[in-house]
Amino acid sequence: MKTNIVLAGVGGQGILTIAAILDTAAIQQDLNVKQSEIHGMSQRGGAVHSHVRISDKEIFSDLIPKGKADLILSVEPMELLRYLPFLKEDGYLITDSKSFDNIMDYPDETKLINEIKAHKNSIVIDATKIAKDLGNSKAANIVLLGAATSKIPLSEASLLDAIKTLFSKKSERIITLNINAFFKGKELVSGINV
Amino acid sequence: MKNLVLGNEAVAQGAIDAGLSGVYAYPGTPSTEITEYIQRNKFAKESKIHCTWSVNEKTAIESALGMSYSGKRAMVVMKHVGLNVAADAFMNMSISGINGGLVIAVADDPSMHSSQNEQDSRYYGKFAMIPILEPSNQQEAYDITRFAFDLSEELKLPVLLRMVTRLSHSRSGINRSDQRPQNAINLPENTKRFTLIPAYAKGQYEHLIEKQPIIIAHSEASKFNKLIKANDVTLGIIACGITYNYLMENFEDIPCQYPVLKIAQYPLPKEEVAYLFEHCDRILVLEEGYPIIEERLKDYLDKDKKIIGRLTGDLPRTGELNPNIVAKALGIKQIISETKSKMVAGRPPQLCDGCGHTDLFNAINELTPKTGKKRVFGDIGCYALGALPPLNTITSLIDMGASITMAKGAVDAGLKNVIAIIGDSTFTHSGMTGLLDCVYEKTPITIIISDNSAIAMTGGQDSSALGRLKNICLGIGVEPEHVNFMVPLKKNHDKNVEMIRNEMNYNGVSVIISHRACVRLSRDKKEQIKLKIAELN
Repeated sequence: MKTNIVLAGVGGQGILTIAAILDTAAIQQDLNVKQSEIHGMSQRGGAVHSHVRISDKEIFSDLIPKGKADLILSVEPMELLRYLPFLKEDGYLITDSKSFDNIMDYPDETKLINEIKAHKNSIVIDATKIAKDLGNSKAANIVLLGAATSKIPLSEASLLDAIKTLFSKKSERIITLNINAFFKGKELVSGINV
Repeated sequence: MKNLVLGNEAVAQGAIDAGLSGVYAYPGTPSTEITEYIQRNKFAKESKIHCTWSVNEKTAIESALGMSYSGKRAMVVMKHVGLNVAADAFMNMSISGINGGLVIAVADDPSMHSSQNEQDSRYYGKFAMIPILEPSNQQEAYDITRFAFDLSEELKLPVLLRMVTRLSHSRSGINRSDQRPQNAINLPENTKRFTLIPAYAKGQYEHLIEKQPIIIAHSEASKFNKLIKANDVTLGIIACGITYNYLMENFEDIPCQYPVLKIAQYPLPKEEVAYLFEHCDRILVLEEGYPIIEERLKDYLDKDKKIIGRLTGDLPRTGELNPNIVAKALGIKQIISETKSKMVAGRPPQLCDGCGHTDLFNAINELTPKTGKKRVFGDIGCYALGALPPLNTITSLIDMGASITMAKGAVDAGLKNVIAIIGDSTFTHSGMTGLLDCVYEKTPITIIISDNSAIAMTGGQDSSALGRLKNICLGIGVEPEHVNFMVPLKKNHDKNVEMIRNEMNYNGVSVIISHRACVRLSRDKKEQIKLKIAELN
């Protein structure tokens, strides 16, 4: 069993939080994990990504090879498409529909979403809006994580534990918000047959 | 349960467990997290391991050597280009040798994710004739760092630990071994070797040469180097550091059919390399950074065509490797069904909303139509982003401190209206000496210290310049009426433009300290900064 996940977004959108939750849960389940991330200049509003690899066997490369990702989870639609070459033939795409437009030549949003939806295994959800309705749009990343659970080889219990651990220094309200965001995301895709 | 750590954190934990007494460092991507981990570590705090940031890599490495001289174990940490700054001490401490174990941890940045070049620190290790260790994964980063201090003390030489971005910034689980206590103070028996007057240095240099076969013998006996024999000898593979993973990624389910020599300790072990030479038709060298090993093994005219790698085009000459590149070099079939969408636009990094650098650049840009283009010299830091559209303010960026000295050279050449922009921490790192050059010659120059009270690009570490800039400039000899202050805010725009214009008109050295704390700092941190500035002024 090996699962390769590419996380994508823009610096500051919280993909490292998703990565940390996945790592923590994997270690707790006594699985091997490698997770590479981007530090430094790109974190200033640039494109960022993280590769998460989870396996019960030894993992060699810190980077997922192109053509080997089981899932690309993006908190921003254009960033999802940036990493498409990493996706394996029957891999899945999950993204927030909310764009982050901080550049001059951002593509047409309707065309962008249509291109993603044309992919056979794609799930596009309005995670930012869902998170906002729950109380804080910043929890969009956790909505997406919830939506991706069926594609991730980790138990719900360990993911929830990891969320609690990661947010342990925050208020009870923030922890509850993120747990609600997780379940809302999960619930949302349970009806979608992909 | 394993400890989940970044490669850099594995190095830090390895050093702590090796009985470290002090880490000396200046922040620099991708090396920063090594020192930060030690700064956060509870045990390190309790056992009073020194971990305050140094002003630059040269002061860091010399302090580490001083700690080693006293008998204790020290580590110095920097990014690859930092070793250029520290090179003087680095080259000489292989001549003097060390006393307490001394490890120089350098994080290289192949593909230049956050750097101005992709220089390969292994050249420095070879140049200084010291052992180099290059871990392939997080567990090895831990084990090797712990071991590096023992090796250093056994050989009485500093040891270079080479990391690369992809290992520095990748997490995995590690198992720790026992914690060794710190060394007690124990001065060197022979202090002549630390006193490099020519009479002593000559003997020490010969001694270093004599040690070389011993260093190679250590590589040959190293448990971190491994020769894995196999039947298909049409090819042999030397995989250095992290490239071993990229190779093995392609052999997850089946064993590699070619003999593989995994390298994590240099100089290269001779016996194992000889085995590959004797048995294999060709040898593929996989290494991150420069083709140093490939070049070492190849005959200059490449008559036998035996060694292949980056120099022969089998691998790209520049940039980091990955499993796909290695697969291609080995002729392994890959299925990559998707291509990057044409809709994807580039998304370069940019200055944060509300950043003080932006207001400063806007003020300068207003003057440019009259004062002339291409005469704003930049430096290393977030404000390097002022070289990109839409700002396009700065037109040079070479190395830490070069803004002031390049600007000075341009003035010496006859250029007028020259501005140097340098950050607060970059100024104390390497700008002060250049300022003294300007003061000494009364160079007509305007130096703007864009002071955000932090080493912002690497994550907002404390800047040694905090609260000291004015007194440093006065102390160096800038005339008090030409040490000016401004606050880079939209509402001050006209006033700031006026101040820069006036100072540019002055026929001598002007310093403008443009101060506003980094927007990314917490409210508490900004409060502490205010107090510190008040205390020092």
